[in-house]
Amino acid sequence: MTLPIVTMLGRMTLAFLTAIGAVSAFAFHAVRQGLRPPWYGRQIARQIMEIGYYSLPVVGLTAIFTGMVLALQSYTGFARFSAESAIPNVVVVSLTRELGPVLAGLMVAGRVGAAMAAEIGTMRVTEQIDALTTLSTDPFRYLVVPRLIAGIVTLPILVLIADIIGVLGGFLVGVYKLDFNDVAYLRNTMDFLEFQDVFSGLVKAAVFGFLITLMGCYHGYTSRGGAQGVGMATTNAVVSASILILTFNYFITEAFFAL
Amino acid sequence: MTDPAKILLRGVTKSFGPKKVLQGIDLSVAPRESVVVIGGSGTGKSVLLKCILGLMQPDSGSIQVDSEETTTLASRERERVMRKFGMLFQGGALFDSLRVWENVAFGPIQSDGMAPAKAREVALAKLGAVGLGPEIGELFPSELSGGMQKRVALARAIAREPDIIFFDEPTTGLDPIMADVINDLIVKCVSDLGATAVSITHDMASARKIGHRIAMLHEGRLIWQGPVGEIDRSGDPRVDQFIHGRAEGPIQMQVRKL
Repeated sequence: MTLPIVTMLGRMTLAFLTAIGAVSAFAFHAVRQGLRPPWYGRQIARQIMEIGYYSLPVVGLTAIFTGMVLALQSYTGFARFSAESAIPNVVVVSLTRELGPVLAGLMVAGRVGAAMAAEIGTMRVTEQIDALTTLSTDPFRYLVVPRLIAGIVTLPILVLIADIIGVLGGFLVGVYKLDFNDVAYLRNTMDFLEFQDVFSGLVKAAVFGFLITLMGCYHGYTSRGGAQGVGMATTNAVVSASILILTFNYFITEAFFAL
Repeated sequence: MTDPAKILLRGVTKSFGPKKVLQGIDLSVAPRESVVVIGGSGTGKSVLLKCILGLMQPDSGSIQVDSEETTTLASRERERVMRKFGMLFQGGALFDSLRVWENVAFGPIQSDGMAPAKAREVALAKLGAVGLGPEIGELFPSELSGGMQKRVALARAIAREPDIIFFDEPTTGLDPIMADVINDLIVKCVSDLGATAVSITHDMASARKIGHRIAMLHEGRLIWQGPVGEIDRSGDPRVDQFIHGRAEGPIQMQVRKL
């Protein structure tokens, strides 16, 4: 029974490579279309509202609880060797470098990536995308490019806000539960924070914004076969965006680590 | 037919994997003529329309619009040719995130660069032409009945006053009275614009009403074409079976035996 397993592995590998090729071609085409006018300003503005403004509550809640739990957990660990004073620094570095972009990215992938795949997928199966073409409007430039631009622009802003809210969460737990001096906590936070901590997080955020919107658009655009197809597109958009976020997160971190 | 054909198809083929959907289509449509393509479900009527529109690329053959070959056009050139076309989609395909008037004004605003205020006037005039009042313009497509959505879609298709209009099953899913209203509107709009029309349908009442000429598509080929008046005397048993809607006859539906 070795042959069927080998055959299956081969098929899976081929399917995987085909998918990578298709996504790359889609991304390449989108970027090329995005570099030349016309740009649909109203569509970009709408998507920035959709991705950024309406994601604020979700991302804010995620950030504040993450900051709070970080302070609490690092206290448990650091108190064992009397290093409590490092807590503010641990909180801010973990948030800006890692948890801010990754958690915000995952939340936005769930919220926005899914909605995007569902909206574009429904437009595909109800022939609205064909209708765009017959009205002399390139669906790539009208639907895909504004979402990609909005994702790349908005995620860094969202992550910056998440960083601040997360530090606030750590501050609240530090001051009101762990009896830190409030001024000392803030000084400790700022003193050891480096530009690169925040910057690497924002670079990650921009890449994640691209990946989330790319997956949402790709799966929506290529969806087939009615309600079931759109449902599948939605799931695939969220799962693939999440996996890509975690994968790219490692490689971006490594790239900055080398610097 | 002394005029050069408005649309000319020669030997158009299209396959999806092993399935040959179109197997050599030859069709000529004269200016201001209305041709209706009839045929059963899944015979490739929609594929034929999408090939002419350029939404799909045929595998081989030639498609000419105003004596210009369109199968080899680059995307920017295609947008120029697309300006000649208007299309009424089967399900309407209205943009559900936009208001009714914005749907109708979409072509004029987005691709012709018309000012929104002016485009709105044009849109309301076109809505009037299909029998919808200005108050409908402020609604969203999901708030309309099926017949009204079809009429809005028709208004959108004619908003840029195209040379050529395509109708994809314009009466499917409508009650017989609304279907006839739509048929009347199609005839009126096409003759007012002096446009050329290509429709696909399996509704014979609609085909007889909106078409000058009928062509029947079966197994990827046009098996018969001629003036509407001659369809009852086609002499082809397959055409007879189709126009009378009989299950028994030379065309066997592929229903798997239980």
